[in-house]
Amino acid sequence: MFKKGVRVDFWSFITLISLIFFGMFLVYPVSRLVINAFQTQEAAGVFSLDNFVKFFSRAYYRKSIWQSVVVTFSATALVIVIGVALGYITTTFQIKGIKLINILIIISMFSPPFIGAYSWILMLGRAGVITKFFNNVLGIQLPSIYGFRGILLVFTLKLFPYIYMYTKGALKKVDKSLGEAAESLGYYGLKKVLKVSLPLITPTILAGGSIVFLRAFADYGTPRLIGEGYTVMPVLVYNEWLSETGSNAYFASTIAFIMIMVAIVVFALQNFFSRKNYNMNMLNPPTPKKITGIGAFFAHFYVYALTFLSVLPTIYITVISFRNFTNGSIFAEGYSFANYAAALEKAGASIANTFKFGIAAIIVMVLLGTMFAYITVRRRNVFSRFLDACVQLPYVIPGTIFGLMLLISYNSGFLVLTGGSTLIIIAYIVRRMPYTVRSSAAILRQINPSIEEASLSLGYAPMATFFKVTMPAMVSGIVSGAILSWITTIQELSSTLMLYTSKTSTMSTAIFSEVNRAAYGTASALSTILTVTMVASLLLFFKLTGNADIDM
Amino acid sequence: MAVAIHVNHVKKQYEDNVVIHNLSVDIQKGELFTLLGPSGCGKTTLLRMIAGFNSIEAGTIAFDDKVINNIPVHKRNFGMVFQSYAIFPNMTVYRNVEYGLKNKKLSKEEIQKRVEEVLEIVQLTEYKDRYPDKLSGGQQQRVALARAVVVRPQVLLMDEPLSNLDAKLRLEMRTVISQLQKDLGITTVYVTHDQEEALAISDRIAVMNKGDIYHCDTPERIYSRPYNTFVANFIGSSSMIDGVVSSVGETTKIRMETGLEIEMNNLVPLEAGREVLVAVRPEEFVIVEEGQGMKGTVKLKQFLGKCIQYEVCFDNGIVCEVSSDTNSAPRIYEAGETIYMSVNTKRINVFDKTANTTLIEGVYSNV
Repeated sequence: MFKKGVRVDFWSFITLISLIFFGMFLVYPVSRLVINAFQTQEAAGVFSLDNFVKFFSRAYYRKSIWQSVVVTFSATALVIVIGVALGYITTTFQIKGIKLINILIIISMFSPPFIGAYSWILMLGRAGVITKFFNNVLGIQLPSIYGFRGILLVFTLKLFPYIYMYTKGALKKVDKSLGEAAESLGYYGLKKVLKVSLPLITPTILAGGSIVFLRAFADYGTPRLIGEGYTVMPVLVYNEWLSETGSNAYFASTIAFIMIMVAIVVFALQNFFSRKNYNMNMLNPPTPKKITGIGAFFAHFYVYALTFLSVLPTIYITVISFRNFTNGSIFAEGYSFANYAAALEKAGASIANTFKFGIAAIIVMVLLGTMFAYITVRRRNVFSRFLDACVQLPYVIPGTIFGLMLLISYNSGFLVLTGGSTLIIIAYIVRRMPYTVRSSAAILRQINPSIEEASLSLGYAPMATFFKVTMPAMVSGIVSGAILSWITTIQELSSTLMLYTSKTSTMSTAIFSEVNRAAYGTASALSTILTVTMVASLLLFFKLTGNADIDM
Repeated sequence: MAVAIHVNHVKKQYEDNVVIHNLSVDIQKGELFTLLGPSGCGKTTLLRMIAGFNSIEAGTIAFDDKVINNIPVHKRNFGMVFQSYAIFPNMTVYRNVEYGLKNKKLSKEEIQKRVEEVLEIVQLTEYKDRYPDKLSGGQQQRVALARAVVVRPQVLLMDEPLSNLDAKLRLEMRTVISQLQKDLGITTVYVTHDQEEALAISDRIAVMNKGDIYHCDTPERIYSRPYNTFVANFIGSSSMIDGVVSSVGETTKIRMETGLEIEMNNLVPLEAGREVLVAVRPEEFVIVEEGQGMKGTVKLKQFLGKCIQYEVCFDNGIVCEVSSDTNSAPRIYEAGETIYMSVNTKRINVFDKTANTTLIEGVYSNV
């Protein structure tokens, strides 16, 4: 197995452990899912395409894939237009309060999507405050928020920050003199943007677009809450697994398999179209220009309105959380902490679980993730390339499906893990570790390998060298990556929903079930607790990284 | 303490690319041994094989009688100074130097004593609480040096340690390194591509190219009697003039393409008609009286103070670099003037035209 000259050391050991970990909790579950997809409930163990036939022959199922793709593509297109415009405006013109705007946009980017959906329902739903206001006071019947429109609204407001961040990052790398050169050649205004700036950042926008697509495609919470009759694929998988007529793991696997195929195709297309990445000499970074007059008004209006809409759901939920309710769902007079008291009483264990699972997961993510980053950066070989692919894979596997995979793999057989907290923590680790790995790997690439060699030459073994020299030098990258892992872990919904039991519910599943039971008071209190935790973590992140930017 | 290093028929390859085919060299106890060559010649690769950062595909490397091929890096007991210094960014100067000692079972007092001692030697005592980003390049270099020698290693390895410094600091650090090495008597392998640096500090030099050692000897001998044309060209610059052995006997006469016939008495036995290359350094040309030697035309003159540099075009259009000492020059020639020149036959080198190796008697590659 080892070529002559390849030494077996600490890192071989870590590579082995990583291979076992990903083998057990990623490769094996994926292969179980694929094998399941080609069997049927009735004749388990026999290869069959019946489930695929069933899926594509029934209008109900065909419709779900169609609806998934339509709403996802619409959202992605809308998000690209809105996000690119925002990115362009904020890098080209001086906008007052841009720092705060950035922080608010990042906060909205990292707030759980299902809370957005639920908040919009409270505002624009059948009994929503805005709906009622229009109906009762103005006599106008607002169009229904449920279904396609609602999903599109939530997705767009939730996901445009990604494109905004990508666009901003890319535009900042376009040398100012390029624009000046274009102007000297007679291109100005919109023409200059379309002919010069836009083509240069297109690969980056496409990369962002595919991330947006995959997020929207995988989201379970939003379409489940606001979609009503508009069924999309993640909801279908969940329903098939937990249907009233008895769960069908095989058919659910088939749908999941089709979903992953769609995701992989999108990922591959994006890779194909953004192969071309321009290397530019960066001498003069672009500086925002001062604008005046009507242009300034429109620019500010656009930025402020968009920011307001993106944080509105969070603000509204926070306000609601202090309102008094009768029977949990009907507004009563006055404000108090009653909802928080009720939430703590009903869902205290869920709050505790969120932190317990999150902390357990983050410890493993930091340890494994940093060593892992080390292997992929410093020890390039066939194993580390394979591990690198394993870290990327969760990007294309929706949470619901990942939960399903773990369930069918560890429900029975040589290792039973279902029902406990282990599997939930493992799901968090596999799904959220990429943040830690990417951030750690990025900083490791900037560290000169010879400081490690210096440590080795001074008599420290590879493991001691890593903990005494490499890891301390990586600390800022590890921490900022870990905070992003942490933020996304504590609000994880889709795979937790598949894996949790009454004893292992978390804040996000508690919010979800409270919303389902129309217990809006406790739901909003829990959402606020979750949001505050998230915002506090983000502020810590900004403080540590020293700026209000997230490198995408 | 100091050890000899025996490199025996080693081979290094990356995938299918063989970088070092079959290289042997013996480095003596306590000497400063330099690996000199152009970039890509394999000198750093060899150094890193000795360190253990690179694997050894065939052959052995031994410290004294102990083969170290399979000893992991951290157990080899050597100190290393890196091209990039590799100072730990998260530690102060003191902590950097102390780092290697903390791993050895030494008392606190002993550690402190040794760190302070070495900081004194490299003149960094007043900077001991600074972090590396607050140090100049030269100071970082001193930290690297102190950190490497404080553990009293068997072997000191230096990978182009001065290449990131400016010219003045380079001269200064050269002296520091060579003084420290002599004081400690530590076997040192020094890698550089700078021939002047190599000549200045080394006890012995190995000139490398394409993964092989071409010539291994003292700086004086390498300079004055290079083993082959590559070494002659790499160390200083030489004009290579074609020639033919015209007669043999008591002395060997060579007719140079530039029209001059020279008489040599330090060559190995040769037969008449043998094709050779005569290597003449700029300072080995001698200006002679009109009508003697070979006739040439000055194409370019540059006055450099202590010497004057000419570009002279001889018969057959052969252009040579000529340097003439200002103090002993009869006069200064201007471009366009005719000049008559001979060569200093005691100093020039003669090579075989096909093998490119020296024809001077008693010169060996020592490989």
